[in-house]
Amino acid sequence: MNPVGANSFRGGPDEYGRFGLFGGRYVAETLMPLILEVEKAYYAARQDPEFQRQMDYYLAHYVGRPSPLYFAERLTRHLGGAKIYFKRDELNHTGSHKANNVLGQVLLAKRMGKTRIIAETGAGQHGVATATFCALFDLPCVVYMGATDVARQAPNVARMKLLGAEVRPVTSGAQTLKDAMNEGLRDWVANVHDTYYVIGTAAGPHPYPEMVRDFQSVIGREAREQMMAAEGRLPDSLVACIGGGSNAIGLFHPFLDEPSVAMYGVEAAGRGVETGEHAAAIGGGSPGVLHGNRTYLLQDDDGQILEAHSISAGLDYPGIGPEHSWLADQGRVNYVNATDDQALAAFQLCATLEGIIPALEPAHALAFLIRWAGDLPADHLVIMNMCGRGDKDVYAVAERLGIKT
Amino acid sequence: MSRLEARFKALKTEGRGGFVPFLTSCDPDPATFAALLAGLPGAGADIIEVGVPFTDPAADGPSIQAGGLRALKAGASLRKTLGLIADFRKQDQMTPIVLMGYFNPIYRMGCAAFAEAAAAAGVDGLITVDLPPEEEAELREPIQAVGIDIVRLIAPTTDDVRLPKVLKHASGFIYYVSIAGITGTRTPSLDSIAAAAARLRRHTDLPLAVGFGIRTLELAGSVSRVADAAVVGSAIVERIASNLDADGKARPGLVEDVLALARTMSDAVRAKA
Repeated sequence: MNPVGANSFRGGPDEYGRFGLFGGRYVAETLMPLILEVEKAYYAARQDPEFQRQMDYYLAHYVGRPSPLYFAERLTRHLGGAKIYFKRDELNHTGSHKANNVLGQVLLAKRMGKTRIIAETGAGQHGVATATFCALFDLPCVVYMGATDVARQAPNVARMKLLGAEVRPVTSGAQTLKDAMNEGLRDWVANVHDTYYVIGTAAGPHPYPEMVRDFQSVIGREAREQMMAAEGRLPDSLVACIGGGSNAIGLFHPFLDEPSVAMYGVEAAGRGVETGEHAAAIGGGSPGVLHGNRTYLLQDDDGQILEAHSISAGLDYPGIGPEHSWLADQGRVNYVNATDDQALAAFQLCATLEGIIPALEPAHALAFLIRWAGDLPADHLVIMNMCGRGDKDVYAVAERLGIKT
Repeated sequence: MSRLEARFKALKTEGRGGFVPFLTSCDPDPATFAALLAGLPGAGADIIEVGVPFTDPAADGPSIQAGGLRALKAGASLRKTLGLIADFRKQDQMTPIVLMGYFNPIYRMGCAAFAEAAAAAGVDGLITVDLPPEEEAELREPIQAVGIDIVRLIAPTTDDVRLPKVLKHASGFIYYVSIAGITGTRTPSLDSIAAAAARLRRHTDLPLAVGFGIRTLELAGSVSRVADAAVVGSAIVERIASNLDADGKARPGLVEDVLALARTMSDAVRAKA
């Protein structure tokens, strides 16, 4: 792997937690001392072989890593272009890539002596992962979830409750992920003495974007080795869906300094970016400050945050992680998008062609693949991150498609 | 001398603490807000804090969140707020106004453009809740250039090591957040406030205001005796809410009722212990 140097895309963030213009620590003074403590504790843990040993142990024996790199032969033949591999992070324990990050943060919280865990969740995948590790490590867990999402992701709500977590529905705003994050921050401000906030995506105040990226980079490191083993060379393109962008940065980061590897982050276009009802922060937003970081956001001329829209609760967020904003401005990663309808079609195609029911989130990445990969030569190697499985979405999709059960 | 400096000097001469009511701009509608703002000095307000509504007020409790949503629905914006403050200034050149809000509306307007507009409107101080000293540089320079005071929040979690960093560049007064929590959700003990005031005074000569949990007449009165001013927010915003009809519109008598509450608060602050 290339060393990290002055011309590297892998050197960020700087000491202020910034990726160029983006990132930083825009939090109330009450939280600031704790945010600085989290940073210090994380940098110490990262250097500690015992912390790494614990991570490796649970990733291997509990999460089930490495996840396979699977040649999607029928999809490849169907599209008639690039050779498509899936990085199977949907096979992780808890059903998505979220486990990689939550494991790291819960171990960190324990090191810091925190005795209570809170989290926000959109689709519920991060909430389920947090509830899972809190059960395993015997910590009380409160998950904030927008009331809209509680309704459309009912299976995950039941899972969290079975795992012993308390799910608090949030009724402010559009009652989705953004509002759940506001409530998470409010809880944390009021309980800083004993509480650790497990943020689920590579966003929020520094050090979260960096820390979450580091924990998720196991995806890209494995994919790199697996592709070398399968094909004897690096992939030509990487594709991942983006809400906050943790699965995408996890796949991309280890490849950022490989100029031959192209990258595509797929945002949720909802009913279409041109309709204004979407969640494409880079495709249809502008720089602003929300939830502790400066990044691309959906906002109006007064700087009020606009409601996002996506069929996928996990992508239904008006912002994006700050490192993605920087990579977009640098032109290193291409940010594209897929609509609700395209994601639904991809969801069905993947189920019938590959026997894999994807979550609605990676169905957006698949939707981009479907319209893009067919024109590429057969020796073009693509890795798409299948970051979550669709069990949680089965009933909502069946209802939308009018499937009788 | 700035309006804030003059006001704290006058309070010192009078030998009492100040009463600082908080209103959310345009809550429940621009005209009612303008009437409340105009009436507060007569009801005993020494300084007025004006909240700029934001869709995602992560440091605010339910009452002020609700006030912000009412205001946004009624057409509130940062520009509109500055316009209403400019109108107020035509009648009142003495009462300091401190804006309190979140950074994104300012950032969106542009820090330099905001500073010019706020100074022209007659804003005296600025509290930006989610802009810690570490992130403030781009706003600080234009704000200081137009002579607006940067009022810093200090929390119970701000320790002695961090305190000098937070106090550097602070001016006007400092604002002690009396609870670890969001606005209006807990009541601090007077002892904890007195201890914090003593600690802060070892580090700064700036006047000290205390807020975030000051809901009762009794606490407002006693806080104004251990600090230089008491900020009352949620209790006033809740009184506005209790004067709304089922559609969220102001009922007749709202302004009088809210100003009457302000008057009893300011009387409590002025009463001798």
